[in-house]
Amino acid sequence: MVLRHSFDQGLDDLHLDLLNMGSLVEESIDNTIYALKKQDAELAGKILVNDDVIDDFEKKIEKKCMNLIARQQPLAKDLRTISTALKIITDMERIADASADIAEITIRMSGKKYIKPLIDIPKMAELAKIMVKKSIDAYVKQDIKLAEEVCASDDAVDALFNKIILDLVNLMKNDPGTVEQGIDLMFIAKYLERMGDHATNIGEWVVFNVTGEHDHLARLFHKESAHVPPYDE
Amino acid sequence: MNMQKIHTNKLNLFYTDVHALKEISIDIEEKQVTALIGPSGCGKSTFLKTLNRMNDLIAGVKITGDVLLDGLNIYGPYDIVELRKRVGMVFQKPNPFPMSIFDNIAYGPRIHGVKSREKLEELVENSLRSAALWDEVKDRLKKSALGLSGGQQQRLCIARVLAVNPEVVLMDEPTSALDPISTMKIEDLMEELKEKYTIIIVTHNMQQAGRISDKTAFFLHGEIVEFNQTEKIFSKPADKRTEDYITGRFG
Repeated sequence: MVLRHSFDQGLDDLHLDLLNMGSLVEESIDNTIYALKKQDAELAGKILVNDDVIDDFEKKIEKKCMNLIARQQPLAKDLRTISTALKIITDMERIADASADIAEITIRMSGKKYIKPLIDIPKMAELAKIMVKKSIDAYVKQDIKLAEEVCASDDAVDALFNKIILDLVNLMKNDPGTVEQGIDLMFIAKYLERMGDHATNIGEWVVFNVTGEHDHLARLFHKESAHVPPYDE
Repeated sequence: MNMQKIHTNKLNLFYTDVHALKEISIDIEEKQVTALIGPSGCGKSTFLKTLNRMNDLIAGVKITGDVLLDGLNIYGPYDIVELRKRVGMVFQKPNPFPMSIFDNIAYGPRIHGVKSREKLEELVENSLRSAALWDEVKDRLKKSALGLSGGQQQRLCIARVLAVNPEVVLMDEPTSALDPISTMKIEDLMEELKEKYTIIIVTHNMQQAGRISDKTAFFLHGEIVEFNQTEKIFSKPADKRTEDYITGRFG
């Protein structure tokens, strides 16, 4: 006889909500990248609306978690699962916020010619997107290996970020007319870099959920490559 | 929103000079689990017993106010045998009769006039199935009920109540004498039973109230301090006394 049927049902519901929120976040990133590349202000506007839906999802899941904690006294794996859900919804919501922030800039820049062809930013966006997808996948499958892969790939995103910043600084130094859009592009790069960080956090929480150990995995992976380049490099 | 099954209106109960229930007015919804919590002596068990007039036989008890079951006052002219058929009760300690498992369950239906062997067999099987006990006892229905474990005995008592087809089941700390696994089995059972029955449970175990009930009433000194959705009571109680009790600050 399987016991605690109603609690298990509550946990299943929670899992399903997280999956749905995850797919909304993924959709938001996909649209963000497309809108940025194509300078599609209309799509960017939809991302902003979608962000409210994701925010509401976060609140809904948060409430479910609190309710399960208050009423079901979760312990051991159950407690980790609910704590993990509470933590990763914040990261997912922040990822969606970053998407929305990029969408806002996209709207502002629409109709203006880009100061440079966008090559590295879409590349970085793709990497960030893959990290987010993998992190959500790792959660769904409770796959530690995949979660660790996410954490390990944060370095590549960081490296691209540094490169983009250097390029933009040089561009703005040479042509002050590019400053306005240069700063916007810098922000976009920063938002993408933060997406990678949040995906890394999700990966770390997945590992915690499975093993009970919560380490800063990204720190372990990029210990040897810690390097902050100066602007005039 | 479910239908209202029981409504009490300014219910007062005195044990001689002791005012044990004070102006209790509460609506209990049909096919829901309502939990009554509160410290010892707060009146929760007394209140439960007023719902099928189990206090009637206690010397010195005086009751004022109304208890309406489906709109009819059970303290008016009301057939008590009929009342206790409609409102069954499960007690803290399992109390099977010293007879076979089969006869324990068939006892109520027999009293209410069911004679056909076939009908009784059907009732016994259905009741035991509803109480999630059938698979464990189907091969020893003729054996004494006293040979069952505590948890099984309690489920037998629940089956015995279900056999007379009640509408409301009152449970007075039904798991306090049971181990955690048996407790969880009874809790899961309640979840299933509420599809058909209105359940009111007194429990000293607040966590249990949190796990199983739809609504919770917090009793203190014979009064209801707060009655609300269990989710509200356990996450954001309105009264500081409720908060203090459920967080273990007093009680």
